[in-house]
Formats: sequence, structure tokens, C-alpha cells
Amino acid sequence: MDFNDTAEEAKFRAEARAFLEANCAPKSGARMQAESSEGAFMQRAKAYQKKKAEAGFAGLTWAKEHGGRGLAPIFSVIFGQEESKFDAPGAPFAIGLGMCIPTLIAFAADDQKKRYVGPALRGEEIWCQLFSEPAAGSDVAGLKTKAVRDGADWIVNGQKVWTSGAHYSDFGILLVRTNPDAEKHKGLTMFFLDMKSPGVEVRPIHQMSGGSNFNEVYFTDVRIPDAQRLGEPGQGWSVALVTLMNERLAVGGSPGPDYAEIMELARRMPGASGKGALLQDQAFRRQLADWYVSAEGYKLGRFRTMTALSKGQAPGPEASIGKILNANRLQDITNAAIEAEDHFGIICDDANAPMEGIFQQSYMWAPGLRIAGGTDEILKNIIAERVLGLPQDARADKGVAFKDLPAGR
Amino acid sequence: MNFDFSDDQKQLKDQARKFLAERSAMASVRAVLDRKGGAGASYDAKLWRQVAEMGWLGVAIPEEHGGAGLGRLELCVLAEEMGRALAAIPFASTVYFATEALLIAGSEAQKQKWLPKIVAGEAIGCFALSEGPGAPAASALRTTFDGLSISGDKIPVTDGDIADFAIVCAKEGGGVSLAIADLKGVARTELKTLDPTRGHAKLSFDKTKAERLGAAGQGWELTERIYDRAAVLLAFEQVGGAQACLDMAVDYAKNRFAFSRPIGSFQAIKHKLADMYVALEVARSNAYYGAWALSTEAAELPLAAAAARVAGCAAYHLASKENIQAHGGMGFTWEIDAHLFYRRAKLLAVQAGAPDTWKEKLVRRLELKNAA
Repeated sequence: MDFNDTAEEAKFRAEARAFLEANCAPKSGARMQAESSEGAFMQRAKAYQKKKAEAGFAGLTWAKEHGGRGLAPIFSVIFGQEESKFDAPGAPFAIGLGMCIPTLIAFAADDQKKRYVGPALRGEEIWCQLFSEPAAGSDVAGLKTKAVRDGADWIVNGQKVWTSGAHYSDFGILLVRTNPDAEKHKGLTMFFLDMKSPGVEVRPIHQMSGGSNFNEVYFTDVRIPDAQRLGEPGQGWSVALVTLMNERLAVGGSPGPDYAEIMELARRMPGASGKGALLQDQAFRRQLADWYVSAEGYKLGRFRTMTALSKGQAPGPEASIGKILNANRLQDITNAAIEAEDHFGIICDDANAPMEGIFQQSYMWAPGLRIAGGTDEILKNIIAERVLGLPQDARADKGVAFKDLPAGR
Repeated sequence: MNFDFSDDQKQLKDQARKFLAERSAMASVRAVLDRKGGAGASYDAKLWRQVAEMGWLGVAIPEEHGGAGLGRLELCVLAEEMGRALAAIPFASTVYFATEALLIAGSEAQKQKWLPKIVAGEAIGCFALSEGPGAPAASALRTTFDGLSISGDKIPVTDGDIADFAIVCAKEGGGVSLAIADLKGVARTELKTLDPTRGHAKLSFDKTKAERLGAAGQGWELTERIYDRAAVLLAFEQVGGAQACLDMAVDYAKNRFAFSRPIGSFQAIKHKLADMYVALEVARSNAYYGAWALSTEAAELPLAAAAARVAGCAAYHLASKENIQAHGGMGFTWEIDAHLFYRRAKLLAVQAGAPDTWKEKLVRRLELKNAA
């Protein structure tokens, strides 16, 4: 066992660091970086992405013919580790480059790849992913947005939801129902479309946390050329699985304040006993130990995944445990911090709340983290079925045409 | 980045698993549980001889003392398999506690006297600290050492009923020292415990001849260091045991039908087993880090050991209790092995100090690290 990079990895890490130092400011504080769509931020993000692509740090694992470097996944992880130490505005491109473009590379025609891959890599065009719907969240294959063939086009009607970045995206990949007479998973087809197509309307979702990072997207008689179909009609689910598989490679850093931040808070604040700092309180110390063990478990688990990647193995569904651990720990820690602040815990303005209100802010974000990208419950199903090999739950949707399936609200 | 065991170490682990599955099958563990060999038969003596023949008792002992001179990583993979098999032998007492104590604190003469015997399976060791309920504290020790002999009661001592020698933590003058004593002639009372697959005794020392181990007055500090080392190795036993519980529960959930379906198809069961898996992975990752720290004598060892122990205790507790739950009524019977793991999980959780004691150590060490 050793935690050192191989010579090749170390050389790459040094190159990555040099690039980041030259182009980004170091990260300041533990304050959560909320995704922003403000004009200035997007300009900065696009400029950063362009430099990143020019320096050869975008599309690291992609084949050279698509502008990538053909490197093993471990290099992507290494770049991600280094990038996370800087204030690098890479978030707007994560979904496009992490999920949409790999799907295009797998299923689009050659001239289309030539047209779209490069501009996406350089941050000139941004992509979003249009899968979830109001009645199709965890059960995304239950989606209802339909596309009907009309000559050389398809006509799309329906609604998508929780689309990150739809408001600043140029293109999107879209999963729709093309055959309601087939079984649920067999009547779907994947397309890509120009988000400025007539009939596409993007409306921001006002989150419980107050911000708006996601959107609803409405489709009213939107025309998509058949040439923009990805995969065969009815094969959309297999195409979507390719998209979602790429999601696992995405680097998941710490989502907000962790044990170190609450330890810092506890050092400066009195405990409930009235005798000394909260950090001297036995009950608090026990909780702190549990959080440390969970955070270390996540971090060290990633080292094990990196080791597997180093050996050329693919990451498995066991990566699901990271989000379960981190999202729940975030909710626990922020809750404990707020309650420990006592009367003061309710204050969330930067000026008065301890540590600029990071605990209050993340407390309102944590419920979303437990849901986004697979709920705790779905992730546990994935662990149970794909890691532990347990049988699927009884299903009411096998062997039944989609149009005949029962549907609640 | 190479945060994994080597191919050779994994091979040793496979070899150990196969060997123990055959030689320490549940029937042999149960023979000890039920004291089939008579009142004092608290370990599988035949397995102990075979484990010695395989060279496993001396895996981490240097060659000059008759060992294999491999390392702690090899010992960790063996520990995981011992835990999985619930091996009914004094492996932890002799190898994790007594051997580590001799290696870090023993004089050359003490090492020469005891280590070759340990390797050969001719000397069973144990570590005697506890004297009463609650976390042991240096200031509360009543057993005394006067430089030549020990007097006082130690209770409970894991494997104290069969051990040939004991490392004893005792008061010496105003401080605490470690002493090593041959147990021939020492009064032992076998204790009834939650886990009869390991023997336990009260040792009553009465001017028992003993030699100092390590420097005078260094006993408490040495005990902490020995416990850190044992904590990492016990964490691997906990990971092995928790994995066995999870495997058992998964197998049952796939094959047991209720409402005309395998119970493993119900999300209530799936989520329970997924929770066990998550806790186990957290424990495994922390144990691996402990293994790295132990094998490299890293400065991180105290904190890593505490994290490995806290995570190992939590995972084994969860896995052993929920395995019973997943088995329903059958899980509560004597004949299903689930209770053997439930018993061992509790022994391992208190044998080197309870989880809350270690949580306190963890935070203290984290504070030290931050202050540094």
C-alpha cells in the first residue's frame, strides 16, 4: 500500500496544478459554491473551459479523434482532485461533457460528432439532459412526453423537470415516448435538440432553499429532425443507460461543511452544560467521532476506487454509497450545528450567523442532495440489486402496454 | 495510488479462507461453544497447532525470532479471515496483544524467550488490564507490581483461562508499568461470558513472579500503543465477521419466501442489507487505512486506529443484529449461527475498550493533529 502517484500520475498532477495555478484563484473558505447563471459567471466559466480545452485538460478520457487525450479514468480523477482545490468554474459543463456528449459520441452520426463535440469541449456550447418528468422521477422510464413521427421530423409535446442549466444551455438530449403501445421501457426514443427550437419554454424552479438551479422545460409542438435521433426508435432506454453510466465517473467532492467545520464552530462556542466550549461536551465529541469516521470512510473509499481505476478496472455501482454517506452526514452536521447555536441557530444572514451561515445555508440544501441524482432509497435498491444480487421488487409494469399502466398523481 | 493489498497478500487471504472454512467449520466453533471437550476446553487445540504449522502465529515476527518476517498487512488479511470464520483460538490475545507488546516493549532476552514459543504454538499469551466495570484508567489500577512480582485481580482476561503467560498492566510506585508473568501457579477462575467461543478468566496474582516489560512508569503509554495496534487488527476481524453476517443475510433473503416472493425482493429487507453494506464499506476503508498506518509505523497510527475501531465496532454491531432480524424467528434459534456472530461482535466491541472510549480517543487525537 502506498498513497503516492505513479511517476506518470505525478507528472500529470504537476501539469494539472501548474495549469490551475495559472488560471484559477485558490478556493476561499468552506462556503458552498452555489451554481450560478449570472452573466459574469458564465463568461468566466466559458473562458476557463476554453483554456482548459486548449491546454488539453478537457475530455481527458475521450478518444483523440474526438479531441480528447485517450487517458485512463484515473487521470480524470486526479485532475478533479486538483481542480476542487481551486475556484474553478467548471460546473456548467459537467452534465454536457460528463453525460450528453459521451452519449452523442456513442450514438450520433460522424458529421454530427464533428459539429458538436469540439464546441462543447471548448465551452462554446452548453448541453443539458432532459430525462426527469413530474410523474417520472425515480421511475424515469415512466415518462410521458411524447414524440410523434411527421415526415422527416418528430413532433414533441410534454414537460420535463429538474433540468439543471436548461436556462443557459444551447442543446439538450431528450428522452421521449414514441410508442405508448409497447411496454414501458420499450417505447422510448432518444433525441438531441436545439434548446432555442420554437415551442421550447424554460421556467426556473424556485427551490425550498430559495435559489433556482433547476428548471421545468415545456415542449409544445416542438419539431426535431429524425436525423437528430440517437439510437433506434424504441431503443431509448438502452441509450439512456449509457448516459447514466457516465454519471458514475463524475467526481463528487465534499458537498458543504463537514466534521472540520463543525469542530471549528464547537471550539468557539459554549456547550449546553455551561462549562466550557461545545467541543468539550461528551455527547458532541461522540457525534464528532462518528462524522469523522463517515467522512474518512468516504474519502478512503474513493482511494480504493482510484486504485481500481489505476489498475484499469471500471468503477462499479458501489460508488452509490458516497452520496448516501455525504448527503446524510451533511444533513446531520448542519442540523447539529444549528441546534448547538441555540437561539442564534435560526439566523442565516452572513453578518450575524456564525461562520457566515454555512450551516444554515447547507441545511436548506441538504434535503435536495439526498434526492438529486438518485434518492437514498433508489441508491439503496441499486446496492441491494447490483452489488448484493438481491432479486427485483415485484413489478406492476412488466408485460403491460405503457398506455394501460395504472398512474396516480 | 495503491490503496489495496498486493496479489500475494490476497493469495494468503484466499488460502486462509479456504483453510479455515474447512478446518474451523461452524461445527468446530460450536464444539468450543458447547465445551464438548470438557469444562476447560475453551479453544480448538487442533486448529491452534495447525495454524502454528502454517506459520501464521509468526507472520509479523522477525525471522531472527523464528517468525516469517512478513508484515502487518499479511497479519491484517489473516485477521479478517479469523473474524469471518469465528476461529475459536486465542489468536487475538496471543498475536495482536501479547506479541505486539513483546515486539514494541520487550527486551532482547524477553523476545528470545517468548517469541519462538509463540511461533511454534507452544505459548499462548494474553493481556490483562481490566479490573472492574467501566473504562480502565491509570489512576484506578489496584493491581501492583513491585519490580519482581505482581499482586491483584484482573477480570476479565480473554484467554486467561488457557494462557501460558500474561502481559499485565499494574501500578508500580506512583506510576504504571507493564510486566510479563508466567501463569503457572496463578489462580484462575473461568468466567461465564456472552461469547463462550473464547475463554475468559479472572486471574488472581499473589506475589506472582514477573519481569518488567518496557521501562518503569511507561506502562500506560505502552498499553495505549499496544491497544492501537490491536485495534487495527481487531478491526479486520470485525470486518470479516460483519461480511460473514451480510453474506448470510443476503443468502437467506434470496432463498426465503414470504407472500410468495423471496424476502430479498422487499425494499424493507433490501434497504436493511444496503445499510449493512454501507457500514461495512466504511469500516473496511477505515481498517485499510489503519493497516497502512500500522504497517508503515506512520505518525497517523493513533488516529487511524481509533477510526478503524469505531467504524469496525459500528459495522459489526449493525450487521450482527440485522442478520438475526433478516432471518426472522429462525435467527433467534440456537441452531442458526447468527447468534455466534452477535456474541463475537460484542466481545470484539469491548475487548480492547468500548466504542465510546475510542470515540473520545479519536477526538482527542484529532485535536492534537489540528494543533500540530
